[in-house]
Order: sequence, then structure tokens, then C-alpha cells
Amino acid sequence: MTEIEEKLSSRIKQCFARSLHIRHVDSGSCNGCDFEITALMNPVYDIQRFGIDFVASPRHADMLLVTGGVTRNLEAALRKTYEATAHPKMLVAIGGCACGGGMFGDTYAHLGGVDKILPVSVYVPGCPPRPQAILEGILHAIERAHELESSRKGNGAYAARTSNV
Amino acid sequence: MKISRIIVAPHELIHACRTVIANHGRFITMVASDECGREIDRFVVRYIFAHDGKSMLNVVESVLTESNCSYPTLSSMIPAASWAEREAHDLFGIFPEGHPDLRPLVLHDDWPEGVYPLRKDYALREKQERDSFSSWSYPKVEGEGVFEVPVGPIHAGVIEPGHFRFQVMGDSVLHLEAKLFYTHRGIEKRSEGMSVVKGLYLAERICGVCSVSHALSYVQAIEQISETRVPERAIFLRVLFAELERLYNHVGDIGNMCAGIGYAYAVNHGAHLKEQLMQLNDFIVGHRFLRGSIALGGVTEDITEEKLRYIETTLERVKKEFNEIVEQILSHDIVVNRFSNTGILSERIARELSTVGPTARASNYDIDVRRDLPYAAYDQLVFEVPTFMEGDVMARFKQRFLEARQSFQIIEQVINRTPKGDIRVPIGDLIPYSFGIGMTESPRGENVHFVMVGENNTIYRYRVRSAPYANWPAVPICVPGNIIPDFPLINKSFELCYACCDR
Ligand code: SF4
Repeated sequence: MTEIEEKLSSRIKQCFARSLHIRHVDSGSCNGCDFEITALMNPVYDIQRFGIDFVASPRHADMLLVTGGVTRNLEAALRKTYEATAHPKMLVAIGGCACGGGMFGDTYAHLGGVDKILPVSVYVPGCPPRPQAILEGILHAIERAHELESSRKGNGAYAARTSNV
Repeated sequence: MKISRIIVAPHELIHACRTVIANHGRFITMVASDECGREIDRFVVRYIFAHDGKSMLNVVESVLTESNCSYPTLSSMIPAASWAEREAHDLFGIFPEGHPDLRPLVLHDDWPEGVYPLRKDYALREKQERDSFSSWSYPKVEGEGVFEVPVGPIHAGVIEPGHFRFQVMGDSVLHLEAKLFYTHRGIEKRSEGMSVVKGLYLAERICGVCSVSHALSYVQAIEQISETRVPERAIFLRVLFAELERLYNHVGDIGNMCAGIGYAYAVNHGAHLKEQLMQLNDFIVGHRFLRGSIALGGVTEDITEEKLRYIETTLERVKKEFNEIVEQILSHDIVVNRFSNTGILSERIARELSTVGPTARASNYDIDVRRDLPYAAYDQLVFEVPTFMEGDVMARFKQRFLEARQSFQIIEQVINRTPKGDIRVPIGDLIPYSFGIGMTESPRGENVHFVMVGENNTIYRYRVRSAPYANWPAVPICVPGNIIPDFPLINKSFELCYACCDR
């Protein structure tokens, strides 16, 4: 395992009781970023060995991976998905389009980056980013959520759960 | 490729197109444009037809004035023209008289009426309030025991967005309506005024998994306008990239189709082989999807002898595993049971809707741009174009398998026959307001790019008719009569990309 993979695996054990559930949302991508997320599930990257699973419903998800800038036709669907996502609602923007609108930028049909309408925890640039970069982005998002949560709760429940593992 | 133009008055369009069809013209698409900037009053519609085997295109064009921007629809004669005319109605506000279905297509129902974003006087970034009073209308089936099942636009897996309404009785689908264009980003408008060099980067990003094909269609259109002669070595390398793209797609799709029946063993084998091919892409051009490999006037990167040998040994290994896995898949009873007679696309409909690519060929509609309107070095290479009669999921599966085998052979020839020499030349002058049409065969079929250049080497009008755009209308027709659980399988067997349909 690489360093990132090891960290990811231990962080998921610590912070999410061994399993992190992710929901993917395509908010207007060219399909390239989507394919790289799919690649994470192939036998080479095999993201499931870290306890990560892609789920069908945002209600079961701890994290959203959003690909593509936001099109006018998908804005409502993206907002609804975000609302339905469980806390801490970590949102990772995958690819240049989701990060800042990419080549398409601001048009009559395209709003640009995801942060125009929703708070983004981590930006993973690239067109598309490689699977390894997406993995690292997921790790950063977990660490950020963990930091925020620990600083909010001090030595409370979250920290106790962490030390149990 | 030779383009011959036929300019007629709007009322003569039908007659002119009928004559072209009678002379074996194959309808490709219709391109509308607003050309007020070059002192034309004001819109132009261009119906494009191909003469397969003759390297010739016919463009039937007509000017529509601003005061009377309607023209007789061609959809009743050419059903495949239906979407293009609807789209032009949405984006330009030109009216095809007698069109059977003018519901909004590209812009959804909440786009205000009477606002046309592709007109030249509409600013690129101008946003519109949502019109909350209009809603999507679609045909419904009524009667006892009929239910409606809505699915999407966000789906359960890692896939692209689209909305489907099934009218079902029990498990059987009676009718399916598909609402697409969720990923419409306004790429065509975005390109206007962009330099032709930058336009290439945009073309590559229309679709992630047909990047090479889109880039190639685009540069061919520009090279046609500028009468650029691309060096021999470059045209062979272009074939190499295009076939590597076909390979990773077809190999991946073969595995992915098995996901439609939950056959995890095959899915993972397919994904593993595809990953090896993508890593090969990365090794030879530095990008897993081969982006940045095609340049105006040639290719960006030379492939060394050493790399060519590496490609050869990798493909040798992949080919062996690929053959084995396909043999295993096809010897599985459940696969045969689920794939056969599922989602049949008849030859008649395949032809009437002008479908393209593996979809068309699996329904015995024998067209392939590589053979019929050859580009790059395809006319110097030996390959076959397989076809099937059945038009079902099984035929589309086998179609991809046989096509992938041809790709292995084509790459082998390229490796051994690529001549030495330059890989790139500067492109010639671009005369303002001339247009070119680039066509290539992507893994999903024919991608057609119409590019009209403006002043100072910029893009004036860019229209992309991707293969999925031609094939999508066929999907909802194949589903009734099948059961709902077969829909993912049927959908996967077409493997249509949403992004390059929606643009
Ligand atoms: S970042 Fe690149 S690969 Fe990802 S959706 Fe945008 S254009 Fe496609």
C-alpha cells in the first residue's frame, strides 16, 4: 500500500467506523471524470478494500463526489442531492470543471464551478484527475471533516470514538 | 473530401433534399446558423448528406429571413432530421412548419419562451430566470394496471444524468420517454469567437471517452478549410490513437454490459483489461484518455520505435486475455439467455433514424466512416467491417468484440508500416466565413463536426453531431416489450454517452 492508501484506510477506521459511503453526482461533466471514479472501483485501485463504497442514495452517503461544472439543467438535481446527504456533507469537487468551470466556464447553460452554489470541502484539479489524485482528495476531505468535528466537540464523543479504534 | 453545395429557396428544400436522397445521399444532420454578422438576412439552414464510397458531401442550404424564419419541415421525409430541427427551434427560434413534435429539447421546459441563446445578439453569459409555469409534457399510457416509473436524472450508479419515464404493466414496459440534455453546457456558443487553436481543447472536452475522435473531426474540418496536407507519418499516428481509443472503449464496454445482468466476474475482468489499456495510453502520450495527442496539421507527439514495440507487446497480452474472457462470457447460459432477443433494433428503424456505429452495424446497417469516407490513413490499411442481422443486445455485444479484434489488427499494421517523417505542419490560411465538415468513426459511431470560421482565425459557428445524438432516438424504441430490469442492459448495450449528445 502507498502512504496515501495507508492513511486513508486508517482514517476511515477512525472516523467512520470502518466504512465511508460515497454518492457520485454528475452535474454536467464530459464523462471523463466519471470514468476515473469508476476506475477507482476496478481491481487495480480497488477502493473497496479501504472500506469505501459507492451508494445509490444520498441519504446513505457521508460524502459527495461531484464531477462537472453545474449546468442549468442539473442545478436543481444537485441541490436536492446535497440536501438529502447525511452530515457532515463533505463535498469533493472532482476535476477542473467542478473546481472552477473548466473550459466551458460561464455560459447561458453552465454556471461554472460547484462552489457557485454549494460549499466545497476539497478541490481535486485535473482534466480528469488520475484515480490516485481522487483518492488523495477523499483522504483530505476526511481529515478536514475530522479536524472540524474535533475542534467543535473538544474531547467529546468524536474524539472518544477515535481512541477506541 | 469534396463538398458540393446546393443553394435553394426555403420552399424548394424538400424537393432538393429528395433529389439528393434519390441519388443515394445519406442524411447526416442539419446545421442552423445565425449569420447576421456577415450581412446575410439572417438564418441559414444546411442539410448535410454523405455519398458513401465517393468521398463526397452534399450540402443543401437555404437562407431564412428574420421577418419570415420558417421553412417546411423535412422530418416527415427524413425522421432523423427531427431532433436537429427541434434543436434549431429551441436555440435559434426558426420554425419548421409541420414538425410533429416541437417540445423543448436542448433547453428544458423552464427556459422562457421566445429567448434564443444561439442567436448572435444573445450574450454568451446572459442567464435566464426559470419559468416555473411550464412543465414537461409527454405521452402517457392509461388504463387499469398501468403504472408510471420515473428514473433519474441522477442515477444509482456512477453514470451520467438522464431522465426516463416508463409506462409499465407489471414488469413489461409499454412506453418509454427519455428526457436528455441535462449536461447541456452551451459548448457551441462558447466556441464562437474563440481562436481555432483553442477550439481544439474544447473539442477534446465534448466527451471524455471519445476525445480523439472529436479532436480529429474538428482538426479535419479546419484542415479542409485551410487545404492543409497532413504529413504521412502523422496520419498513421492519428489512426494509432483513434484505434487505441476504440480499443479501451470496446474492451471496457464488453465488461460493462455484463454489469447489466450483475455478472461481476466479467465486469471485473473487463475493467482490469481496460485499465491496462488506459495505462498504455498514459505511457505513450501522457494522458489516460489520449487527450492532447491530436494537433492542427498533425499530431503533437512522435511515438518512438521503442514505444511502438511496447504497444505491440502490451496489446499481444491484452488480446489473449480478451479472447479468453469473451469466450467465457459467451459460454455462460445466463448471458445467452439475457442477451439474446433483448432490446431489438430492427434494420428498418436503424436506417430510418440514420443510426451510426456499432449500433447500426449490429442491426445490419453497414456503414463505417473509416471505409466509406476514409480519413487519416484508413484507405491504406486493410480491415473488415463486421455486421450482424439480429439487432439485439447479443449482436451489439459480439459487434464490439469483432470490432475490437479488427482494431488489434489495424494497430499491428500501423506499428509495422508507419513511414518516417514530419509529424506536423502549420495549417494554411483560413478564409473568413468558409466552412468545413470533419467526420470520424468514434467507438460509438460517426462524429460530425461542422466548423465555420470567422475573421482572424476564430470560430464563427461550430456544430457537433455526435454519434450518440444520432443513436439516442433509437433507444426508447427498443425498450417496449422488454421488462424493466432489462433496461439497464439494453441501455448499456448501446453505450451512448450523454455528454457528447447534450454538448
Ligand atoms: S475536468 Fe476535464 S475530464 Fe473532468 S468533466 Fe471537466 S472536461 Fe471532463
